[in-house]
Order: sequence, then C-alpha cells, then structure tokens
Amino acid sequence: MKYLDEYRAREQAQGILGRIREISKRPVNIMEICGTHTHAISRYGIRQALPPNIRLISGPGCPVCVTSAGDINRIIAFSRARPDVIIATFGDMLRVPGSNSSLQEERAAGGDIRVVYSPLNALDFARTNPEKEVVIYAVGFETTAPTVAATILQAHTEAIKNLSVLSLHKLTPPAMKALLDSGGAVIDGFICPGHVTAIIGAKAYGFLADDYHAACVVAGFEPLDAIFGIYMLISQLEAGRAEIEIQYDRVVTWDGNRRAQAIIAEVYEPCDSTWRGVGMIPGSGLAIRQAYAQYDALRRFEIPAGDETEPAGCRCGEVLKGMIAPPECPLFGRACNTERPVGPCMVSSEGTCAAYYKYRSITV
Amino acid sequence: MCLGIPGRIIEISGSVAVIDVAGARKTVSMALLDGVSMGDYVIVHAGFAIEKIDTQKAEETLRLINEVIVKR
Repeated sequence: MKYLDEYRAREQAQGILGRIREISKRPVNIMEICGTHTHAISRYGIRQALPPNIRLISGPGCPVCVTSAGDINRIIAFSRARPDVIIATFGDMLRVPGSNSSLQEERAAGGDIRVVYSPLNALDFARTNPEKEVVIYAVGFETTAPTVAATILQAHTEAIKNLSVLSLHKLTPPAMKALLDSGGAVIDGFICPGHVTAIIGAKAYGFLADDYHAACVVAGFEPLDAIFGIYMLISQLEAGRAEIEIQYDRVVTWDGNRRAQAIIAEVYEPCDSTWRGVGMIPGSGLAIRQAYAQYDALRRFEIPAGDETEPAGCRCGEVLKGMIAPPECPLFGRACNTERPVGPCMVSSEGTCAAYYKYRSITV
Repeated sequence: MCLGIPGRIIEISGSVAVIDVAGARKTVSMALLDGVSMGDYVIVHAGFAIEKIDTQKAEETLRLINEVIVKR
C-alpha cells in the first residue's frame, strides 16, 4: 500500500541501523511516548537491533492504559445502575479489568455496551434509538479528541438530544512535563507521537528543548520512520543538541491541524486529569465547556467517582512512567498475559506489556 | 489508539468522502480538514481524515534516508 510499504524496506532499515551504530558513542535513554510506536518498535525488533548503549523506554501513550482505575470502576458502576443507557466505547476499553468487573463482563450480564470504531457510530445509535440515552466513553489523546468534539458539534447541528460524552481525554505535553518533573526515569530524548502532533503541531514541544534540554523527534509509525527518528535523536544527542525535529513531515507540521484545534477549543476546555500510575496532572484533561453542557454526561447523569485501588501486584503504574520494563513485573507472562490480563498495559493492543509479551521472541 | 492509516480520496461530497484504503472502501468524515480534493492521500483515524499526506515530503523522506545510508 502506498505510503506504508516503502517505509518498511528491510535493506534500508539495516542501513540506518548501521549508521546509528557508527555515530552512537554514549549511553542514552530515549522514551517513545506513543503506544503505536511501542508496538512498531516491538513488532519489528528495533529495541534489540540497537546498540546496547541506546535504551528505549516506553511511555504513557496508551489511552486505555492511562485511564485511571477509578474511571474504569466508575463506568462499570454507571452501566450497572443504568441498564437503559447505551454505552459506546472503543474496543480496547472492553476487557480492561476494574476492581470487580469489566465492561465486557457487564455486557455479558446484559448491559447495553456497544463497541464503536468511530464516535460517529454513537451518533447513529442515538438517531436509531431515540427513546434511549447514548453515552460515549471517550478516552483518547489529542488525535481522538477532535473526532469526539466534531461528533458533539454534529449532534448539536442535528438537534440530537439523547447523546452525551463522558470525556476522559488526555493531553500529551503536560504528561511529558510531569514525567520529567517527577525525576523518575532519566530521559535524554523523546520520540514524539506522530498523529497527536499532526493535530497539535510540533511547536507544542518547544518547552521540552528549551526548559529541559530534551531532544525531540516527531516520528512516523513504519519501521523506517521509527529507526530514522532514532537516528535523528542520536545525531542530536551526540552533538549535545536539544531541538525539536520532524521526521514524519509528510503528515506533521509545526502548527498542526488548526481546524481540528479550533474544534477542540470550541467544545472543550483544559481540566485536571488523573492518569494511572502518575496521579493528577494539572491541565492534562479536557472537560466539555458550559456552552455544550447538554452533551456532558457528567452534568447530565450522576456518575460518582470510582475506587482508585489498583489490581493487586500490578505494576502498570511504574511501566507507564518508564520506571520499569514489563518483564520486571513479577506478574508479567505468568499471572498476567494477553489471554488473562491483570492490568491495562497487557489488555490494550497499544499497551507496553502486550507489546513485550506478543513480540517477546522477535529479533531483527 | 492513535493509529492512523493512509488512504486515497476516491469520492467526496460535502464533508463526507470515500477513501480507498489498500483496496477497501471506507466512508470517512472530512469535518477536520480544509482544502482536500479527489486523489489526495489522507490519514484516517476513528472515522475522520485528520491530515493530508504531503506527497512531495513523503518522497523527500525516502531520499534523505537513502542519502544517510550512502554516506557510510
């Protein structure tokens, strides 16, 4: 397929890896923020192909994984209390265990929980079920937030009254700042998320280079993109530079998608948000503005906060902060695997533990 | 979840387009994009086209990669 296959050429991948081995001298820690990068890196064996002085650390870039235990328990309790409500969720959310159930188990027990590919599917549910309320369980970063915001605007245009959104959207730059401020994992550079940045623009990371002297490269998701992004980062770090560069410039610009930004700003305003493992990060969430209050599930229904207790023994929180790699968790691959996941990082197709587990035997 | 797939616009009418993604046809919303036309390549996420692919830059990226490899 055009714009995919040409970025998967093995010979070129080996060529760039060779260049990386030539120029890389000092030990560096590079964090890939995005779960899609984590999976590409695992799937193509990139971590193992790099020289041992380059350590890739996975970050908090899987929206399902960073959704707090409380926010999982909260939707499960709501679905039990309101069997008359259709809950529209992305598929990855279904199997994430709460303290004593999951949306999948609630669905099996009779809850009307429906998987959507697009938030627009929820709009269809609302149109075809006018007697029912439809609530979108909206997780996702800046890439997904404008799709939900556009859905709210569409509902507004069509005067659809039985659709609302439980907004758990999260913003990437405040989380990167919180990670560096926490003094946990030492990070010399970031592989910045390609599609988040397509929306927000690469200039959003300026503070990371200016205030934290962290090198940043916005990379695409095919193997050549990721490997070349790492080459660009190593070039910066070996020269003592900390700059923002765009490897994925066929899609990403400095200013981002202004129309999508305007749609987000029309519907949402920043709010504090709780991330699994990290805790509350100021200004890292999106709440629905007063003008669109009728589409805000939190204003429309009583949805009490859920219990924040993590599953016993689960170390997803430390994995999400880059403090430990998945195999360092005693549950990894034993009590916790993709068939019977304990924590969200093993459930989600973008979770770090799932990536390590699924591709555990792959080498380039 | 920030997975985005490239596809080519083969039909467009108002804010809805049909995109060819590896031979499969997908109907997607164009509500988040200005200034796209037939034949353009876009990245699709959650049923929306979120950005246009700059085909010239796409080729430059491959050229740059090859340059860096040849330098060896």
